[in-house]
Amino acid sequence: MELKEKIVSSYVAFENKVDMNSDIHEIRSKALQNFEDLGFPTKKLEAWKYTSLNAVLKEDYSLFPEKENTIELADVKKYFIDDIDAYKLVFIDGKYSSFLSETTHDTFDVCLMSSALAKPKYKAVIENYFNKIAKQDNLTSLNTAFANEGAYIYIPKNVEVEKPIQILNFTTGSEAAILLQPRNLIVVEQNAHVQIIERHQSLTSHPALTNAVTEIFAAKDATVDLYKIQNDATNASLVDNTYIEQKSNSVVSVHTFSFGGNITRNNLNFYQRGEHIDSILKGITIIEGKQHVDHHTLVHHIEPNCESHQDYKGIYDERATAVFNGKVVVDKEAQKTNAYQQNNNILISDKATINAKPQLEIFADDVKCSHGCTIGQLDDAALFYMQQRGIPKKEGKALLMYAFANTVLESVKIPEVKQRITKLIAEKLGVDIGFDL
Amino acid sequence: MKYTEDDLEKELETQEYKYGFYTDIESETFAKGLNEEVVIAISKKKNEPQWMTDWRLEAFRVWKKMEEPEWANVRYEKPKFQDIAYYSAPKEKPKLNSLDEVDPELLDTFKRLGISLDEQKKLANVAVDIVMDSVSVATTFKKTLGEKGIIFMPISEAIQEHPALVKKYLGTVVPTTDNFYAALNSAVFSDGSFCYIPKGVRCPMELSTYFRINEGGTGQFERTLVVADKGSFVSYLEGCTAPSRDENQLHAAVVELIAMDDAEIKYSTVQNWYPGNKEGKGGVYNFVTKRGICENNAKISWTQVETGSAVTWKYPSCILKGNNSVGEFYSIAVTNNHQQADTGTKMIHLGKNTKSTIISKGISAGHSQNSYRGLVQINSRAENARNFSQCDSLLMGNACGAHTFPYIEVKNKSAQIEHEATTSKIGEEQLFYCNQRGIDTEKAIALIVNGFSKEVLNKLPMEFAVEAQKLLEISLEGSVG
Repeated sequence: MELKEKIVSSYVAFENKVDMNSDIHEIRSKALQNFEDLGFPTKKLEAWKYTSLNAVLKEDYSLFPEKENTIELADVKKYFIDDIDAYKLVFIDGKYSSFLSETTHDTFDVCLMSSALAKPKYKAVIENYFNKIAKQDNLTSLNTAFANEGAYIYIPKNVEVEKPIQILNFTTGSEAAILLQPRNLIVVEQNAHVQIIERHQSLTSHPALTNAVTEIFAAKDATVDLYKIQNDATNASLVDNTYIEQKSNSVVSVHTFSFGGNITRNNLNFYQRGEHIDSILKGITIIEGKQHVDHHTLVHHIEPNCESHQDYKGIYDERATAVFNGKVVVDKEAQKTNAYQQNNNILISDKATINAKPQLEIFADDVKCSHGCTIGQLDDAALFYMQQRGIPKKEGKALLMYAFANTVLESVKIPEVKQRITKLIAEKLGVDIGFDL
Repeated sequence: MKYTEDDLEKELETQEYKYGFYTDIESETFAKGLNEEVVIAISKKKNEPQWMTDWRLEAFRVWKKMEEPEWANVRYEKPKFQDIAYYSAPKEKPKLNSLDEVDPELLDTFKRLGISLDEQKKLANVAVDIVMDSVSVATTFKKTLGEKGIIFMPISEAIQEHPALVKKYLGTVVPTTDNFYAALNSAVFSDGSFCYIPKGVRCPMELSTYFRINEGGTGQFERTLVVADKGSFVSYLEGCTAPSRDENQLHAAVVELIAMDDAEIKYSTVQNWYPGNKEGKGGVYNFVTKRGICENNAKISWTQVETGSAVTWKYPSCILKGNNSVGEFYSIAVTNNHQQADTGTKMIHLGKNTKSTIISKGISAGHSQNSYRGLVQINSRAENARNFSQCDSLLMGNACGAHTFPYIEVKNKSAQIEHEATTSKIGEEQLFYCNQRGIDTEKAIALIVNGFSKEVLNKLPMEFAVEAQKLLEISLEGSVG
């Protein structure tokens, strides 16, 4: 494969440029070797049975854009949740934009991966956490080999971060096609609390492929809320690999809102290493055109008395294709596990496709595990009822779909994010109503 | 007579695998190994026409190029295909007209299997075709069926007597190239059953095949072909046992069902191959391909009770080709000790207004692994397709596993799909409730398992339901922890 060779041969140049720390060097080289052996995923792999990257990989991506690009705040303001005060980490074509960002080192760190990797001050954290739970699979290895820039967030014990942190990745189109590989590390220490909003946005019609890896560590009693907003241009593809390790009594929730993009693949992995952990995975997917969204979730229950809750809703129009593959593994020791998974889908068009595979692998006997998966249509009777009462068909449909997705929205804790998502849903459904009836 | 809990306890005490005997019947077995000559020899032995030999050879050539599938969630030592004898037949079998002429030792075997032909003929109204080491040894009730125009005979005889029918349908549902084990079966199958129900005929009795592996070092490869012509109905039963042996024996069968317009086929299996001993040594590898095709308004219903085999790999499927056709799958899979089962179904919806129902109950105990693997596929032209799937797993003890791998692929917006799965153990409250009322724990578990499986057991024909219920209880012997 051409792209693979290009990537592998560019590694030396990359290492020469960034290598300052021999430990990381070793991790990178090993990851590159791994990627070289595995190559890009193909449909022959069970995990990629329904998602083909072939078309996306044909582009001649530039790997390390040289130019520094700036963008006007006014142009991108709408992509921020701008009505709240927030820390911001903004990357333009993979490079940090200090002008648009707002970082901090005051009691906790919200800063850059590149400096965390380079400076001795962060060495202990990097040694303890960097690349510790990321899988050794093909695309994660590819990211690890070139891991250099991204968000670095470290919240010490008992700190409650008072305002959310926004991570934004923009693509400007200064290159014909670009491959971005952000690498984020988020460490939340005991009893700390943080909220993060993440977004990838292409500002151009040039193809972009993002292969992101995020590692999140939630220590005892920590709370982490992560919101992923995916509403990208139709030539931007995203492979988002998120790995989360939780310790006792921690609560981590991830909401994924997939409203657009060419191919969007979310690999969301939870590892529960402690007791009384709660993991929450929720998602709303509304797509049309030829868009493709693939949610692969894994919740690995390793120790007893933990819970997990999954709820994914999807609405697919035109030729959209979607995949939901939810996997729950309960180890032998993980007694009293309570794992719940729900996946509901609506197909609007005859050309849309949904492939669902809710999967349970259970090795402990005293557990409560259930999953439910449905594929169906809007209730004609309910629609008729609304039309009878003067609500136009289009709005009626939109209301029904909003209600369908609302179980996911309910658990969004930042009101501004909720409002923004509601607005996006209205936009997606082509109606101008607030839904807050 | 009612089978009571006390009877069960007595049985549990006395027996492990009651079909584990070996019958000393002289049999003719080919030397081990597989090549084109063996395939030709099997064909010759059966006196087959040239087209059949060619069909087998083609399958063999395809098989040679195939690789053994590894995607199933089972671990086992691969069978050595050159170490298996591909043909074993009870020797000296003149054509028999009545049961009196059957070798008494063979008859004794059947008695021990619990299928006294005589008795069953009269009482159960079941016509039985018995296949021992892949060769059909007895068919009862042929005459009665003949009057209705129903053909029910060993497939080897059908190839001789009704070559046109066999040629027309053989391999149409499961092509020789379908998968590794289906190809192997196509090349070397030595016998099996063939059944044809003419237009508009309702088969007056249950048809039944009993399979038994007897010889050591052999594989069993039988082939069943059931054709239900327009508007007909047939209920078909299949049972199987094998002697206890230290080695792993291979069973690779193919079953093809064809339900033409308005026809209905009900296919029930009670699979009780030798599961290996407590340490997981020996036992049968059960790699089976079963598939049926439904034309307009037709219905195929698979019911299976899987208690045996060391490794099971089996997905009875329905291709719902015709409009308004219906596919059903009811399954209980019990695994204990070191058994592994990867079983489920495929429902392929092609026609309009097609319906399918999947009820799968998995019970795992001991060190066993039990997987449900299913596919529900709604194609783009399958308007108003409907599917309901339910997979429940029951875990007993902490060393076993229960897994679910459902695939749902939908390309039509009018489809309505529901899938649900649960995994749980026997509730302590339930046990306590029973104990309070004087039912001891072992019996209480039997009771609860029975309730858990009821939905599927109800689908079995009467005679089989009783046997299946017993089997369930015996399979779970000693799993109370």
